[in-house]
Amino acid sequence: MATIRDMMPAFELFQPATVEDAVALLAEHGREAWALAGGLDSMDWFKDRIKRPRVVIDLGGIPDLTGIQERGEGLDIGAMTSLSAVAADERVRSRFQLLADAASQVATPQIRNQGTLGGNVSQDTRCWYYRSGWPCYRAGGNTCYASAPQAMNREHCILGASRCVAVNPSDTAPALVALDATMDVRNRRGTRTVAAEDYFVGPAIDITRMTALKPGDLLTSIRVPADWAGARFYFEKVRDRGSWDFALVTVAAAFRTAGGRIDQARVVVNGVAAYPVRLHDVERLVTGAPASEETAQAAGDLAVQGARPLKYNGYKLALMRNLVRRAVRSAA
Amino acid sequence: MEVLRRAANPWGQEVLIGIGWDLVWLAVVASAAFVVGHMVWVRLRGGFTHEASEPGPGSSGLPERVERHSFAARAFHWVMSAAMLVLLVTAFVPVLGLQFPWVTLHWVAGLALLATVLWHIVHSIGWQDLGSMWVSARDVREGFAELRQSLDPKAPPAPRAGKYPFDHKLYHHVVVVVSFGAIATGLLMMLRIDTPFWDRNTYLLSDAAWGWTYLVHGLSGVSLIGLVAGHIYFAIRPEKRWITWSMVRGWIDREHYLAHHDPERWNVGVDAGARRGAGAIADAVARAPDQDA
Repeated sequence: MATIRDMMPAFELFQPATVEDAVALLAEHGREAWALAGGLDSMDWFKDRIKRPRVVIDLGGIPDLTGIQERGEGLDIGAMTSLSAVAADERVRSRFQLLADAASQVATPQIRNQGTLGGNVSQDTRCWYYRSGWPCYRAGGNTCYASAPQAMNREHCILGASRCVAVNPSDTAPALVALDATMDVRNRRGTRTVAAEDYFVGPAIDITRMTALKPGDLLTSIRVPADWAGARFYFEKVRDRGSWDFALVTVAAAFRTAGGRIDQARVVVNGVAAYPVRLHDVERLVTGAPASEETAQAAGDLAVQGARPLKYNGYKLALMRNLVRRAVRSAA
Repeated sequence: MEVLRRAANPWGQEVLIGIGWDLVWLAVVASAAFVVGHMVWVRLRGGFTHEASEPGPGSSGLPERVERHSFAARAFHWVMSAAMLVLLVTAFVPVLGLQFPWVTLHWVAGLALLATVLWHIVHSIGWQDLGSMWVSARDVREGFAELRQSLDPKAPPAPRAGKYPFDHKLYHHVVVVVSFGAIATGLLMMLRIDTPFWDRNTYLLSDAAWGWTYLVHGLSGVSLIGLVAGHIYFAIRPEKRWITWSMVRGWIDREHYLAHHDPERWNVGVDAGARRGAGAIADAVARAPDQDA
């Protein structure tokens, strides 16, 4: 692991009070700017002196980015809304328990009080080779140290590897993909809406970023549509330490059932690729099928087809298979 | 401007990573500047149009259509062009900001390019006149004369070329060198990704050796931006379109053959007497149509 030092490199701090000011600052400083949300990912980078932005834009003083608004039966959640607020909100709990479960299992209570939903979905990977500042693909270099013959890659990916084998560490990301959420991204040219499924970017598309955010972009809100409100949900996060850890594998699933059959399904896993993986084949398999043990077994087997474990993470196949089975069983 | 990218490896050694991406922008801007500059210069100079003349009776031994490229050669050219364009787009468009899954497309196009190059080598050795691409001292003199005439319309006309003019040969040989650099390093780099043929091995070479591999690949790539841009630009210029059409149809007409090629050096299959006659006629139609109607 990198050595945490006591002093961060100097940077110029801006504390805008409006989204417009924040967007203008991001546009003005481009690649030299760093948008600071809860700071839990950022401070590690700064103290490790791996990321050295010249300008830090603290989003904590922008009221428009915080809070949960009704949007029909759906919800519009400000990107700076704390994870604690999301987990505790009655509207979230009653309609989208999946998101509340995911938010409530992020790290520790202190971190959930400080951490934000926008920051949680936009955080960088926890691959320690990358975070140690080595010149790997993700850092703009030309190698992957985590896939070396002797590399410690127990936590790395089993799907979607393309030179880089890092995984997405977010707990709320798979829940938002399962709920078919959309992200509002603003920059100087306006606002664009990105489906949660497209918000997360794999290394085959861009090896240096985890999300669709580019320099100058600001995630302003996360919209959860009414489509899956009140559905049957399943969320499970498996980690080394139950008290506080990043996920090894997570499953987030939403089902609509009738007469013992699954009418609609969205099944997403995380911790197995650089992005939350929506299991389209599993969804097709279970849609219209009885919510039975046989369906769950078949879904689990199908889920891991094509997975390619590294030297030390073969256990993730069994983990992912079983989590998908449990998710499908929950629809019964 | 960042020309080279360097970084410290896990052992604290400063190693080369590859070219700086600013060079991509430099290649794009330089190519655009060349194209615009050349267009302005040609307009100021007055273009390359010449009076067309009817060939005389001495050229009757010549066919109306003179074959310039066989079907195999044309197929090679266009497949190779498609592969090259896919390679450039997949290599540099993501760098310029448009993201898409490019890696598989890139190496598949690279293998297609390699296959076409191997085919071209075999075909040109076994079925084509390899010597027609050789650059002789006479070719160099012709090239300079052509350049003088381009710069000064009053300069004496340059001698007619054999099958391929000096600038075409020069371009071909530069592309050969650059493409071999890209292909050889690209094959090495393919070992670092998973393919249906093998699992990746990122540790075949040392960090430094990989750095040089990436550097050569990157330099070859940005060079090809300029070379391909220039090639496409000249291919669509009015005074060159007859050459481009020959790469589509396979033949050039008699007028262009007589105007631009020396029948003594590019024998299209007529007897010596006819060639001498054609030479005299060529002098008469001197520098005939440079521009397609």
